[in-house]
Amino acid sequence: MREIVIISGKGGTGKTSLCAAFAALARNAVLCDLDVDVPDLHIVLNPKDGEGHVFMGGNKAQVRKEDCIGCGQCADLCRFDAITMDEDKAHINELNCEGCGVCVTLCPQKALDFPAARCGDWYVGETRFGPFLHAVLVPGQENSGKLVTLLKREARELARQSGRDLILCDGSPGIGCPVISSLSGATLAVAVVEPSLSGSHDFDRVARVCAHFRVPIGVIVNKADINPEETARIIAYCEREGHTILGTVPFSSDITRATIEGKALTEIDSDLAACLARIWEKTDALAASKARERLQLRAFSKTTLA
Amino acid sequence: MRIAIASGKGGAGKTSVAASLGSVWAAGHIMADTDVEAPNLHLFLGPEIHTSSTIALPIPTQILDSCTSCGKCHDICRYGAIAKLGAKLKIFPDMCHACGGCFAVCPENALVQGERVIGELREGSLKNGTPWISGATRIGEVMTPPLLRALFKRLSSMEEAYAEEKGTRPDVLVDAPPGVSCPAVTVGSHVDALLMVVDSSPFGLHDFQLAHEAFGKLGKPLACVLNRAGMPGNEKGDETVRSYCTEHNLPLLAELPFEREAARAYSSGQLLSDLSDSWKARFQNLAQALGQTFAHTTCGRPACAK
Repeated sequence: MREIVIISGKGGTGKTSLCAAFAALARNAVLCDLDVDVPDLHIVLNPKDGEGHVFMGGNKAQVRKEDCIGCGQCADLCRFDAITMDEDKAHINELNCEGCGVCVTLCPQKALDFPAARCGDWYVGETRFGPFLHAVLVPGQENSGKLVTLLKREARELARQSGRDLILCDGSPGIGCPVISSLSGATLAVAVVEPSLSGSHDFDRVARVCAHFRVPIGVIVNKADINPEETARIIAYCEREGHTILGTVPFSSDITRATIEGKALTEIDSDLAACLARIWEKTDALAASKARERLQLRAFSKTTLA
Repeated sequence: MRIAIASGKGGAGKTSVAASLGSVWAAGHIMADTDVEAPNLHLFLGPEIHTSSTIALPIPTQILDSCTSCGKCHDICRYGAIAKLGAKLKIFPDMCHACGGCFAVCPENALVQGERVIGELREGSLKNGTPWISGATRIGEVMTPPLLRALFKRLSSMEEAYAEEKGTRPDVLVDAPPGVSCPAVTVGSHVDALLMVVDSSPFGLHDFQLAHEAFGKLGKPLACVLNRAGMPGNEKGDETVRSYCTEHNLPLLAELPFEREAARAYSSGQLLSDLSDSWKARFQNLAQALGQTFAHTTCGRPACAK
């Protein structure tokens, strides 16, 4: 089983466009949009969704005003500045509430409720490139890390059941909670890097996150001709750090054109199609070799431990 | 007044707009980079860094021998940070959200409080003396909001110090994180108004609507700037942004044209406002329009109420 997650550090480097092209080239992978915060892959994949599944999460404390005696213990306990005393009643600032439940458990009057909120829905859809898992989060809701973990678990289950050995995931920008959740258990992280000071800076951060969690990285420099000097620096950095360069993609308005038509880049008449096919071949081969290494390592530790 | 430069989609142009706006901002101001997962503003502003400090959360790090394994700490923890291994309890510090529940319930005071570093704050000033502050999460850290709250606390004292020295409160231009979940909403709740940078590609449009929905819930004045307008083949996208703004009563304050030269300049850390007189004029007009649009916004913070 190979599990490829596309990341970038900086946003807007082309993760989703490349992921859609790879989905078309991979044929029959399980596809998954892990950028649950602002998902876009469905715009190109145009899934026929099955039944929606509710995603509950984010319990938040709620005061029953009639039972609150205004002792203020909850406000003293709260480490997130989420409780203020207002006219001798506790008042919860929902934005600050971390959902730890400490106030709920320790209220002497048991005057706090702790309902889970519907954070969104997730779907398994059918697309022309294979099954596709994605979610629609209520904007402004949190718990995206938990939802990422859930989607990945479901994607693995679906892959097992349907005998597919490749999961291809579109990831989020940044290096925080959703990115870390998406990297967990991944065979290969594919970093789509843009040759700019910001792009390099943020790539360095996300590369260190991958190293921290021991996920190998392959690198694609997108819009490479916008700044050839920076592209050269990124390639040198990767060689130094031992990250495989999967290829470079020139800047092209074909990417926007394809998206507007609701198509993957490889589905329109574009000079980039051949270039992307080569990059995908290399990406899949690298993921396969990393998966083999992992199996060997597991077999080795089993035999040596036995 | 604090204005966040935000967007749903990453790479829409938040940092470019924030940096260039700062360079033409007539009134005294502070520049704040709150995209703590991927901070880039300093790459454009070249600040001199005066101080840096680490931010840490108070977490349990050790269990003393007085522990009776009653399991109350395990029961109150919602994050799996205290596991029960047979009769023994074990702390997983990376899972901890620092809610303090375990300390509050331990009858033997057997938990030792230590800390987990979540990131770093840096402060300094630009060549023209404009104060600057930025945060960066520690590599591998999942908790972004507490670092943001620490950043805004520091920012408040910087505003106070500025007001004391110059006799007038500074404006603050805040470079926000992408997305519409916890980090972006935390920033949104600490500012007085938001300027949304809109990318009119199909992905950008989708994320813009999510951002509008999420930020709209904050009840703060919003305005928009369309970036990369006139991208060949995407005239319809631009038109959709314009009609969406009219329909939803969102002031569209400026349109920044798509230019390959601008992309190149950005990639090497150059300010768009330094590109040419017409680019400078665009940002001066945007700054003026922002001032007028948000003129009647009184900020809710006590220090400003006078």
